[in-house]
Amino acid sequence: MAVLADDLALSPRRFSLLTAARRNPTIAVGGVLLAALIIMAIFAPLIATSDPFKIMPVNRLRPPSERWWFGTDQFGRDVFSRTVYGARVSLIVGLSVALISSVLGLALGLACGYFRRIDGIVMRIMDGLMAIPSILLAIALITLTRPGLGIVIVAIIIPEVPRIVRVVRAVVLSIRSQPYIESAIAGGTRNAKLLLRHVLPNTLAPLIVQSTYVCASAMLIEAGLSFLGAGVPPEVPSWGNIIAQGRTFFQIAPWTILIPGAFLAVTVLAVNLLGDGLRDRLDPRLARRL
Amino acid sequence: MTAYIIRRLLATLPVMAVVALFVFFLLRLAPGDPAAIIAGEDATSEAIAAVRAKLGLDRPVAEQFVVWLWSLLQGDMGVSIFSNLPVTRLIGQRLEPTVALTLSTLFVAVALAVPIGVVAAWKARKLVDRLVMGFAVLGFAMPGFVLAYVLIYFFAVQWQLLPVQGYQPMSAGLWPFAERLILPSVALGVTYMALIARITRASMLEVLQQDYIRTANAKGLATDRVLLLHALKNASVPIITVIGIGIALLISGVVITETVFNIPGLGRLTVDAVLKRDYPIVQGLILVFAAAKVLVNLIIDISYAFLDPRIRY
Repeated sequence: MAVLADDLALSPRRFSLLTAARRNPTIAVGGVLLAALIIMAIFAPLIATSDPFKIMPVNRLRPPSERWWFGTDQFGRDVFSRTVYGARVSLIVGLSVALISSVLGLALGLACGYFRRIDGIVMRIMDGLMAIPSILLAIALITLTRPGLGIVIVAIIIPEVPRIVRVVRAVVLSIRSQPYIESAIAGGTRNAKLLLRHVLPNTLAPLIVQSTYVCASAMLIEAGLSFLGAGVPPEVPSWGNIIAQGRTFFQIAPWTILIPGAFLAVTVLAVNLLGDGLRDRLDPRLARRL
Repeated sequence: MTAYIIRRLLATLPVMAVVALFVFFLLRLAPGDPAAIIAGEDATSEAIAAVRAKLGLDRPVAEQFVVWLWSLLQGDMGVSIFSNLPVTRLIGQRLEPTVALTLSTLFVAVALAVPIGVVAAWKARKLVDRLVMGFAVLGFAMPGFVLAYVLIYFFAVQWQLLPVQGYQPMSAGLWPFAERLILPSVALGVTYMALIARITRASMLEVLQQDYIRTANAKGLATDRVLLLHALKNASVPIITVIGIGIALLISGVVITETVFNIPGLGRLTVDAVLKRDYPIVQGLILVFAAAKVLVNLIIDISYAFLDPRIRY
């Protein structure tokens, strides 16, 4: 009896990864997949079986085999090594777009929700930006600049920021009218402290959830831009570029497209699962609506 | 009702104004010298000056803006840098395939996704429901162009049921027109279908818990009548909203799907323009696509008023 009581008393404190994973299978699956991909990206030079840039015309269009795990492309480059390196581009773009647009979106969203005077003008600009299909907006920016990873990231951030601003602003507007905010104002709390201490924490859960979706969408847009020839420079092994370069020989060498495509789909899936799991965990009200 | 429609109509003006200002200032404020980039890597200074003159960049910004806005309001979007043809004419020539692809995707997606969502809600937490939700999660992660190649590989290369790529206008006959749109529509529509199926299920689940549904069931109405007439109609506002929001997804996806399937529409025009850095065409396409999106939103806003008489603002 005493043993059982001990167990019960201890159980909430005994944190086990396995129990946590069983309680939140979506977060666990998404997190593990994403962690594996991040490790693959970081250790790409160790994992790759050959130089991803090395052109070997003798070995062109070899099907997947023990030597060439994912086959080779029309220049004899190793698709496995290129795919492993491609994870770097996708993850860098996804994570940096998610991070930067969250910070910008949070600042603008807080400002719009709290200082009503700038709300009208900023939100009209956001509406206008949202009316432009994101891939076209990115394309327009890229037409006018030299290709590079940085400009791709900027080009994707611009259409993603309004989505974050809307979410944050909606939360701020609903928080503003709460009695505890009114009493804080009545108590003479300064704007900066009020925003940081009382308003900001409420926006974090929806912000984190939204930023995972922004991350997934950024990776899809990057791959799409590279596929169209408007993304990172063609010599960079990104998944979109590998797929674009495989187009001509797709019918005889489908592996050059299907394998990097599968990696892209799994990466986006992992981020989305993480986002869905976090949403259910952090924002139960929204979860019930979907 | 008329007042509501007029108010919605007026609300589209600031949005389009922001879009127009954005494309105007993007060219003027882009880092570096856009004229040099458009002219190409090894352009002479005369060539760069010629591009600058063609884009009107050699005049004062205020004058540029007035001239640009005045011609835009008259429907003149400038001329292509490379072919010297008016942008409106180039866009007009490529409109049909894109409209055909968008409409057929819309049709395929709504026709498949709404029934799937209704069934999932009806059989909530059963196997069918789990399959539908699984499809929805996968659909969100599936890049359209990757799915496009998977579809081409099986349906066109392996089984040879459908053509690999290309486009035939409707005047060439209904089947040649339709068979070339099937794979592109499915590839383009998969994310859209996932979105619609998910919202239909969620919205139906909410409505199915209402008392009047229990009453309808209790008085012995047939299940299909309850599901379709009583539940789906009342669940339709969020579904229609998402169908509208999703058109934005379609418009973004059109550019990529047309490239995969070699369809000579606006998407291909966009890609060709980007590769040649033909900014006037890109600018015209942004205005057209944004206007299409704003128009769709307007139609949706107005349709609310018909579907849900409580909405009057």
